[in-house]
Amino acid sequence: MTAYLARRLFESALILLGITFVTFVLLYLVPADPARQIAGRSATAETVANIRDQLGLNDPLFVQYWRYLTGLFQGDMGRSYLQRAEVSSLIWARLPASLMLMVTAIVTELIIGLTIGVVAALRRNRPADHSLMIFSFVAISAPQFVIGILLLYVFAVQLGWFPIGGYGTPAHFVLPSITLGLLGAGWYSRMMRSSMIDVLNQDLVRTARAKGLSKLRIVTRHVMPNAILPIIAMIGIDIGLFMSGIVVVESVFGWPGIGQLAWQAIQRVDIPVIMGVTMVSATAIVLGNLLADLVAPLIDPRIKTK
Amino acid sequence: MTFGQDTGGAGRRPLLTVRDLKVQVATEAGAKTVLDGLSFDLVPGETLALAGESGSGKSMTALAIMGLLPKPMARVAGGSIRLGDVDLTALDEHGYRRIRSARIAMIFQEPMTSLNPLMTVQSQLVEVLLEHGVCGRADAPKRALGLLRDVRLTEPERRLKQYPHELSGGMRQRVMIAIALACDPEILIADEPTTALDVTVQAEILELIRALQSRNGTAVLMITHDMGVVAEMADRVIVLRQGRQEEAAPVTELFAAPQTEYARTLLAAVPRLGTAPARPAGDERRKIVEVDDLSVRFDITGGLLGRAIARVHAVEGVSFHIRERETLALVGESGCGKSTIGKALLGLVPWQGSVRVNGVQTQGRSRTMMRPVLRDIQMVFQDPGASLDARMTVGEQVVEPMRVHGLARGSELDDRAEWLFRRVGLSPDMLSRYPHEFSGGQRQRVCIARALSLSPKVIVADESVSALDVSVQAQVLDLLQELQEEDGLSYLFISHDMAVIEQVADRVMVMRLGQVMEEGPRDAVMLNSQHLYTKRLLTAVPVPDPARRRPPLPDTTGIEEASPIFPVGRGPARISLREVAGGHRVAGAPDKPSRMGAA
Repeated sequence: MTAYLARRLFESALILLGITFVTFVLLYLVPADPARQIAGRSATAETVANIRDQLGLNDPLFVQYWRYLTGLFQGDMGRSYLQRAEVSSLIWARLPASLMLMVTAIVTELIIGLTIGVVAALRRNRPADHSLMIFSFVAISAPQFVIGILLLYVFAVQLGWFPIGGYGTPAHFVLPSITLGLLGAGWYSRMMRSSMIDVLNQDLVRTARAKGLSKLRIVTRHVMPNAILPIIAMIGIDIGLFMSGIVVVESVFGWPGIGQLAWQAIQRVDIPVIMGVTMVSATAIVLGNLLADLVAPLIDPRIKTK
Repeated sequence: MTFGQDTGGAGRRPLLTVRDLKVQVATEAGAKTVLDGLSFDLVPGETLALAGESGSGKSMTALAIMGLLPKPMARVAGGSIRLGDVDLTALDEHGYRRIRSARIAMIFQEPMTSLNPLMTVQSQLVEVLLEHGVCGRADAPKRALGLLRDVRLTEPERRLKQYPHELSGGMRQRVMIAIALACDPEILIADEPTTALDVTVQAEILELIRALQSRNGTAVLMITHDMGVVAEMADRVIVLRQGRQEEAAPVTELFAAPQTEYARTLLAAVPRLGTAPARPAGDERRKIVEVDDLSVRFDITGGLLGRAIARVHAVEGVSFHIRERETLALVGESGCGKSTIGKALLGLVPWQGSVRVNGVQTQGRSRTMMRPVLRDIQMVFQDPGASLDARMTVGEQVVEPMRVHGLARGSELDDRAEWLFRRVGLSPDMLSRYPHEFSGGQRQRVCIARALSLSPKVIVADESVSALDVSVQAQVLDLLQELQEEDGLSYLFISHDMAVIEQVADRVMVMRLGQVMEEGPRDAVMLNSQHLYTKRLLTAVPVPDPARRRPPLPDTTGIEEASPIFPVGRGPARISLREVAGGHRVAGAPDKPSRMGAA
């Protein structure tokens, strides 16, 4: 187990190293000039060149990358070009809000998605199943900014049940969590439905019925635990999906998280911040996958962590 | 238990009464009757066998009695099933729950998939005890332990805490039986309970069912396709065919004098040990396959860098040859490495040693370099349904090898396909059909035609008739025989079925844990077997003759449990064969088998 964990952490570190390199190269190739952004429209070419020189942007790619990497190993993610602050302190200030939103969104999507999946599988090919699957189809296809604005309009503006935006009380979490979780809920309901149907046709269910067990017990003790196994691995991957959603949802709801930070940084070519946010989300995805792989053997005794 | 010679256990009140049972299945073309007009009684303590080939409706009968017909496709369309005074067909789901396991319990064919992989043995046992109020929550674990003792599981305390994947197939079936008998039911329905098990395990499970039956006085409804199992277990037999009763008789009468034509052909098709015709000797013929010191090992990886931490020694230092026009049979229980040898000959798994096919050394050849060799050696697999492509016409599939090898094109291919189809006894107008339009036996003929398309000299037949009904099996075996006589084919015939092997083999090689235990001419190995392991395999085969009770299995002392998995750098002790008679060689000394498996 310890050896397994050590190997997985080592692999994760390698993956993250790869991600820093790819992101760095991509940002290097971006045609926009950060120095021009910093200096402003009216600055002279000389000023821009000075800034370039100060930031070391004239150095070859590998020199720049090496400088960034050595900094990173010392815990220094660099300074923002535009916000006069350390990238790490910018991220630390905003990370809790995003993480909490992510947790509530995951809980929301699992509750909605798995419930719909189970109900649809048990009522398969009947009206309830068809309407639930239409719902999940809509949840998957509708863009998140549309759902977010729609929810805001109905529940915050018209009905006044929830605050229009911002962050602080539990009520603030409801609409952003639903907006963020709905897409995943659509996916999970479909996956859970087909996984349930698959298990319902397996021999073990016939054995459970031959035992004379109640339908409730068969579904909760025998079918659902087996059906949820393939879903667990998906949750780990899902965190990546969240990171893209979080940028949209945080701007719609004015949520002070790293999504908003990333959005601002991208607009203004604030490369150190973009790098920092990318690293944080990449770490989240890698750890999420690791967590899913560690949880799976707890549920499925056949999986050995080796 | 009655060794009932009389029909219907006269005089005793039947437990279960089935009258004019009719089961229909919904298909696209409307309702199809899969069981029609079946009637029988089951009295306490007796064993009634429902025997028949696939599609005979025997499993449908069991599911109908248990109220487990797959809804909404299948339903009881007529007739009655009465358990004592209860009409089961009129029960709703809630009422049925009090019958299932409590009064009628069932065990299934696949012990591998019939248990829940996520629950311990204990919780799966306790669940049924509590459901039917057999005992309280506090007593349940003790009761579960007692049940495992009843089914004679070794180390029952440890088994309770284990999960199904940690148990062998035979152990799982014992757990299934323990679950079925937990509430002391009046009737046990056993649906092909031993079909998925090795023959020695089958013998033990059948023996267990018999013992528990005589102890508890349970009535057993035994559903099987295997006439050997019928002869061994049943008091009375009902032979089913396409959903209708063909014949019902006490077991001795059925086997001594079957009344119907179908029962006669069915019984005649059953391969019996010791009845195979003699085969011509061919010692001087050319060796077409020569295998020397073949080993196949699979790494188990792990650790920080994913290096090999252990190795499965699937095949270890096996040498043999096959001559022209000869059939070498490879026999052994599951996991003995017999299929791996077949794959190694075609280069489908990495291997070490020396393999010569038609004089050509295949060691170290790449995939492309193997191609010319594969013209001489082809394979026919167990499951013809799975080894054909469902989306390609059989005609295309049959000539695909020729296309790949660039041996023919255009209309030449069509001619060849027609010729091949005639060769395996299929009509050429079926060439443009798809695999699902064929029966199991026909599909296996298609697979044989495909293997023949390159005019190979050797065919590796890996359990090629195991999935087929006995009557179909006999026809396919005849076809293989005919091809051998006319085209001079050689076969490596891999099977677990001793009776089938006796029908086809010139020489037999018995394997265990990747090594050869005994090999030699068929009659020497089958009639004068020297090794304890071979003897056990042969004794375990059910005899399709109720008058001859099978002798008890030889003691297992000396054949200790062993695993083919070893740490890297170590391996099993090589077993050396010694010759006892012309070509008949046996592992070690038969009286000192303790050398086996020692690392």
